[in-house]
Amino acid sequence: MDLTFQIQGGDFTSAGAASSQVRRTLKELGVDASVIKRVVVALYEAEVNIVAHAYKGEIMAQISPERVFLKLTDEGPGIPDIEKAMTPGYSTASQEVREMGFGAGMGLPNISRNADVFNIHSVPDRGTTVEITIQIS
Amino acid sequence: MTIHEIVSLVQGKVLSGKITQEEGIEYCFASDLMSDVLTVCRSDFMLLTGLSNVQSIRTAEMSDLKYVLLVRGKTPPQEMIDLAEDSGIVLIVSPYSMFKASGILYQAGLKGVF
Ligand SMILES: Nc1ncnc2c1ncn2[C@@H]1O[C@H](COP(=O)(O)OP(=O)(O)O)[C@@H](O)[C@H]1O
Ligand SMILES: [Mg+2]
Repeated sequence: MDLTFQIQGGDFTSAGAASSQVRRTLKELGVDASVIKRVVVALYEAEVNIVAHAYKGEIMAQISPERVFLKLTDEGPGIPDIEKAMTPGYSTASQEVREMGFGAGMGLPNISRNADVFNIHSVPDRGTTVEITIQIS
Repeated sequence: MTIHEIVSLVQGKVLSGKITQEEGIEYCFASDLMSDVLTVCRSDFMLLTGLSNVQSIRTAEMSDLKYVLLVRGKTPPQEMIDLAEDSGIVLIVSPYSMFKASGILYQAGLKGVF
């Protein structure tokens, strides 16, 4: 099953709506609760990153009986130094992002921790792509 | 500890969802930082927070939590209450500060996650 969502940068009211939809779908499919939690926690942090740091983006969720594959592509400033961005505590988030309960530099490390396979690549001034794979069985 | 006890200990008000006499919770995690909440692997705890916006409900949803206790007497925006209702999350508000609510609940036997 394939699901796609369009994400708008700066739209904090809707941030998490895509993750919520993916969660509902996985629940309907009867996926184990601990697997669902890993998928949606990783996806939610990645979705919030598009809202917080990029102009706009797209989320593609591919669900098969064996695994969940998530691909998040955005148009935005990109990440000049990925290793630095992955460091716990590193953040360039605005005050507005902090007021929403994010922006402590814990998102990318937590995404990586929940994923079985995690890939990130970025072109400065163009955008960022994040790929997350989580095994179901 | 039953949810009814928790509500009465913090002089709380339930703004969304229904609670039965028997239902209860053993653990609590207090934070205004949602990224912090999202690092907790387990799901059997109540979220105590001062963050009065939809992201605290979204965070509870992704974390598979059922109870959110919002402190400092904040009046949550209607969209936050509506989202809690839609997500089956019990939203409780308390006039107490985070420190006071935490202290009272800890003393009454609610346990910390870590
Ligand atoms: N999609 C993105 N586009 C541009 N920059 C990003 C993106 N995702 C993450 N970053 C950069 O990496 C940093 C660390 O991200 P993260 O660990 O999620 O922490 P936070 O979002 O709380 O700042 C961000 O502050 C930002 O500089
Ligand atoms: Mg982030």
